[in-house]
Amino acid sequence: MDRVAAEARLVREQQRAEVIQQGHLMLAYWSGRIGLYVAVVFLGLVFALPLIWMVSTSVKTDPQVYHVPPIWIPNPIRPVNYLEVLTRRPFGLWFLNTMQYCVPTTVGALVSSALVAYSFSRIRWWMRDALFFLCISTMMVPFQVRMIPLYIIFRNLGWVNSYKALVIPAFFGNAYFIFLLRQFFSTIPIELSDAARVDGCSEMGILLRVILPLAKPALAVVALLQFMWAWNDYLGPLIYLNRETLFPLALGLQSMRSSFVEALVWPYMMAGSTMIIAPIIITFFLTQRTFIEGITLTGIKG
Amino acid sequence: MRDFVKGILFASPWLLGFLIWTIYPILASFYYSFTRFDAMRPARFIGLANYADMILNDKVLRVVVGNTVFFVAIGVPAGLVMAFLLAALLNNEIKFRPFFRTVFFLPSIVPAIAAAEVWRWVYNPRYGLINASLKSLGMASIPWLSSPVLAKPSLIIIHMWAQGTAMVIFLAALQDVPRALYDAALVDGANGWQRFWHVTIPMCTPSILFVMLTGLIGMFQYFTLGWLLTQGAPNNATEFYSMYLYRNAFRFFKMGYASALAWFLFLIIVTFTIVIFRSSARWVYYGGEAG
Repeated sequence: MDRVAAEARLVREQQRAEVIQQGHLMLAYWSGRIGLYVAVVFLGLVFALPLIWMVSTSVKTDPQVYHVPPIWIPNPIRPVNYLEVLTRRPFGLWFLNTMQYCVPTTVGALVSSALVAYSFSRIRWWMRDALFFLCISTMMVPFQVRMIPLYIIFRNLGWVNSYKALVIPAFFGNAYFIFLLRQFFSTIPIELSDAARVDGCSEMGILLRVILPLAKPALAVVALLQFMWAWNDYLGPLIYLNRETLFPLALGLQSMRSSFVEALVWPYMMAGSTMIIAPIIITFFLTQRTFIEGITLTGIKG
Repeated sequence: MRDFVKGILFASPWLLGFLIWTIYPILASFYYSFTRFDAMRPARFIGLANYADMILNDKVLRVVVGNTVFFVAIGVPAGLVMAFLLAALLNNEIKFRPFFRTVFFLPSIVPAIAAAEVWRWVYNPRYGLINASLKSLGMASIPWLSSPVLAKPSLIIIHMWAQGTAMVIFLAALQDVPRALYDAALVDGANGWQRFWHVTIPMCTPSILFVMLTGLIGMFQYFTLGWLLTQGAPNNATEFYSMYLYRNAFRFFKMGYASALAWFLFLIIVTFTIVIFRSSARWVYYGGEAG
């Protein structure tokens, strides 16, 4: 009788210990989850704050701008700030200027990088790998080393104060994109090229009819990255474009700051900044997956 | 032989461009670095005078190099840690994960000019986001960009805010870590932190090396935000190498001197790259890849 009672008590104690251990595990699990959410939400807020602050300021009236403590949701709001910026400054011109070199450079980068990547991946020729290595190593040369002679070349060619200096070099291949496309092209099975060759296709034909259609994701990445990079470029336009009528959005926004001595300086600058950022954000939302794929394609293989 | 012709033909855009936009400028700038050249009159050969000036006479250059080295030594690791931390956080199953990923990524694609304006406003000593909040709580405002001590860290904060691309690279790397390793570690009794330090990080070392190298090369050439936000002020505390070079070339028209500066920068970058690459054999683990 005693033994049975003692055994039962042992079992009950064991069960209690198990329940308590389960409880500890659950506590650890849930406090880990809560900690995770706290960290993510806190950091998310901190990261988003500057941009939220930007939009909030862009629709403020003058006294609201200088209010302490800072106002997050202005009431009343003044969305006409945007209209005033658009009419008082040649924002439309700046936008057109930016497109004037963003679009051609994207086309140039696509065409030239695809051609060269094809050569480095789908044709076997003497010195190919050595030259490819040379191509990649140019990525390590700082722009500053080439900056001054490039300026002299462009000046002698008369390309300064035109978009030629920014656009034409894009048609000569870009090491980064050549690398990216070459890695991608090499994953396409050789049998497809061979089959096309047997059917009498020329190299160019193979490139256009076999390789490129299969490489659409990688090409999309190149187009996106190049367009974005050109849109955000500041140093290039700074060096080569001196005439105000040629200013792209980047230089235009900067010129706005010194030319506004009136009130509403900050809301105008924030409105201008919002308008420059907005197309990028919209493009990102529409092409999110391609974007992320592109960065990982280059990051891991590198 | 026919293949050789085809290969060269298809690669000709790059070959031509390489010769014109890369080889020639590199050789030309090397030549300019031994001349006095103001871009209006022809270049005049002066031997090693530019390099001598750099080392012996240019007091500002010493400050500039110090600024740049500080910025690289602190900024690159800071950015790396932030990017990895964000990626590690996002690597869990949480609600609204794509939304948070977007929030963390967006700052890295914001045009520099817009980021400069926004942060100029955030850092404003009287009405900026931070100082206005501090003032309303009765605290003193912080001179983010006007204090020689705080200016560089303030710029580094902006750099850490824009680590989206590095974060995405790390996210992909984190997802490639084999689950089996974590299970094995659990069986061995490793807790969360130990698993992170002994499994996660070592398996990600290839991408860490990539981000570190590209970060280093980029940080040595830091220009746009420094140029737009501080113009090197206060007291040259934020005058970085690339800005000083630009100033010498396009403001002082000392293109020969600027070319010498450029070659020195090239030398520094190559040295650091080789050193880090050599050291990488000891701490990078190329387990799953073809190396």
